[in-house]
Amino acid sequence: MKKKRTQLFALGNEAVVEGALLAGCTFFAGYPITPSSEIMEVMAQRLPMEEDSVFIQMEDEIASMGAIIGASLAGRKVMTATSGPGFSLMQELIGYGCMVEAPMVIVNVMRGGPSTGLPTSPAQGDVQMARWGTHGDHPIIVLSASTVQQCLDMTITAFNFAEKYRTPVILLLDEVTAHTRERFELPFAEEYEVFSRITPSVPPEWFHPFQDSLRGVPPMPPLGAGYRVHVTGLTHDEMGFPTQRPEEIEEAISRLFRKIDQFYPDIMMVEEYKTEDAEVAVIAYGSVARSAHHAVDRAREEGVKAGLLELKTLFPFPRPQVVKLARRCKCLLVPEMNMGQMSREVKRVNNGITRVRTINRVDGRIITPTQILKNLTQI
Amino acid sequence: MLNEVDLSKYEKITAKTIPTEKGISSGHRACQGCVEILAMGMVMKAVGRNVIVANATGCMEIVTSPFPQTAWNVPWMHVAFENTSAVASGIEAALKIREKHGKLKGERPKVLAFGGDGATADIGLQALSGALERGHDFTYVCLDNEAYMNTGIQRSSSTPYGAMTTTSPPGSNSIGQSTWKKNVPAIAAAHNIPYVATASPGNYLDLMNKVRKAIAIDGPAYIHIYAVCPTGWGIKSEKGIELSKLAVKTNVFPLYEVIGGKYILKENKNPKPVVDYLKIQRRFRHLSETDVEYIQKRVDAEYAHLAAMASCAAPEEEENDE
Repeated sequence: MKKKRTQLFALGNEAVVEGALLAGCTFFAGYPITPSSEIMEVMAQRLPMEEDSVFIQMEDEIASMGAIIGASLAGRKVMTATSGPGFSLMQELIGYGCMVEAPMVIVNVMRGGPSTGLPTSPAQGDVQMARWGTHGDHPIIVLSASTVQQCLDMTITAFNFAEKYRTPVILLLDEVTAHTRERFELPFAEEYEVFSRITPSVPPEWFHPFQDSLRGVPPMPPLGAGYRVHVTGLTHDEMGFPTQRPEEIEEAISRLFRKIDQFYPDIMMVEEYKTEDAEVAVIAYGSVARSAHHAVDRAREEGVKAGLLELKTLFPFPRPQVVKLARRCKCLLVPEMNMGQMSREVKRVNNGITRVRTINRVDGRIITPTQILKNLTQI
Repeated sequence: MLNEVDLSKYEKITAKTIPTEKGISSGHRACQGCVEILAMGMVMKAVGRNVIVANATGCMEIVTSPFPQTAWNVPWMHVAFENTSAVASGIEAALKIREKHGKLKGERPKVLAFGGDGATADIGLQALSGALERGHDFTYVCLDNEAYMNTGIQRSSSTPYGAMTTTSPPGSNSIGQSTWKKNVPAIAAAHNIPYVATASPGNYLDLMNKVRKAIAIDGPAYIHIYAVCPTGWGIKSEKGIELSKLAVKTNVFPLYEVIGGKYILKENKNPKPVVDYLKIQRRFRHLSETDVEYIQKRVDAEYAHLAAMASCAAPEEEENDE
């Protein structure tokens, strides 16, 4: 008899919690903020019931980040969740996380901004901030999700990327995705991969905490396991000690980039829909991708050869997939709930190959299929 | 005696002289039975119209300024969650320098900062401490409803022991909130500022007079107001004021002032048992008798500590406002 998957009917935020628990999250520190509070509330109930797991409510978002960095270095799989204003406070420690290579997942449920903005309305205004929010040149992975099922899947992926590449991973949801209640399925254990960080196999006296290797990702012992680890936000050499030597600085920073760069094919995730023969392609992410999906179907009914490229990885930007599409299509349409943050990336890689049109909406309402359809038929 | 505090500008309010005009109007969107907005109204009545208000993110910010309306009749600014005190510092410093150079017409406006318990005890504590330490002439009012009510009743460090919130859910392995309430008035008093007080909207004259004292003195003042939240605490909406009075009568929330380092306690001669206070609130419904006993002991101990502090400081004769 064929086994049936467990079906649940819940919010996107709750699916994030399910995904985190499947991925082995054992530590959550957070601070309530609309529209991400449900992640924290469900974590407060679920985590204490899991074995060896900790939930803490911190006094602000800076403290939340501090707590998860500490727990990450101590060997936990960690997560926090927030929204725009909290994400602003987290930026300094996100940079610290990049520098000390602490695996962690930060969920940012985007709401209207700037500042307090529109706490209960969707937006996608934090896209470039997720990439460049913290100071200094740094690599980072930014993912997004458009359905409740994807919230679960992408949370597992976020944990895997964080652990594989020892880096902070930001999962960008928007208010609509997070507060949509719909059916989703829990995958069977054999259907998804759970990756945990590699711990050193050498004896403590041989261990160099930030040594370069082919993968560029050094093994990571939990603090207190007998390995001497010196962790600092200062630029450090392979022993973890602060350095001023140009050759060591160069090596350390370029390794940070290389460890992400060389795995681009693994990291860049997109979903294509009817793009094989498309003449106009919509490039969308988050809840807008769902409107676009519908708009593409309706455009096809009206005889417009439309297609959809849904970005699941926002950064590193899926350049090859977008360029491939740009070469084939007469026009690329980028609808987003901001004044044009991802379309900037699309225009950059498009570099004059084809036309790029944008739909921007910042009134706190979603981009509807009709709005996209209107633009598709006009092209 | 630590500091000499000049209270010569203090104008006392009596039942006959309660101001009718206030800087905040009715018709706001607070929940039915909200005591926090009542307390805010009392503060605004006592302060008068010559005031600039900085308000942290929270219930009061949301309910008084729903699009496209506002309940405020005075200059009011909503600032980010963590920096009300810092913004109030800036306003005060700017007004002071303008006054010094003779560019300010009329009397210098009072600066008032409002924050909830989350904005005061958690995220805004650093900014509050900084502002108190620098000695700005402003009044900080903490409206303490003992959780993050605005985002859906999550615990704060001001949530009392045993209370049920969405992030401190009670169950077989949890009592609810597992830590004792953070004593922010004591933290404020430790900055050695001229005036610190706790107040309850159940004792409204006392509350308004404390605000009057706070604005009369020169330098920072901190007032911690107990603000019952029927929605978050699980009580009937008409029970708010009753509960405010009960919190004082059971010593759960003793009323005291710290003037220039001197503790002045409003003595409660026949305290009621804490269980009277706990049993009418849904957030404490899961507590067992032993839990209640523990809370009673702790409340008694804290009150005794406060009484000892008050007797140490040898208070001068304090007029009773009610």
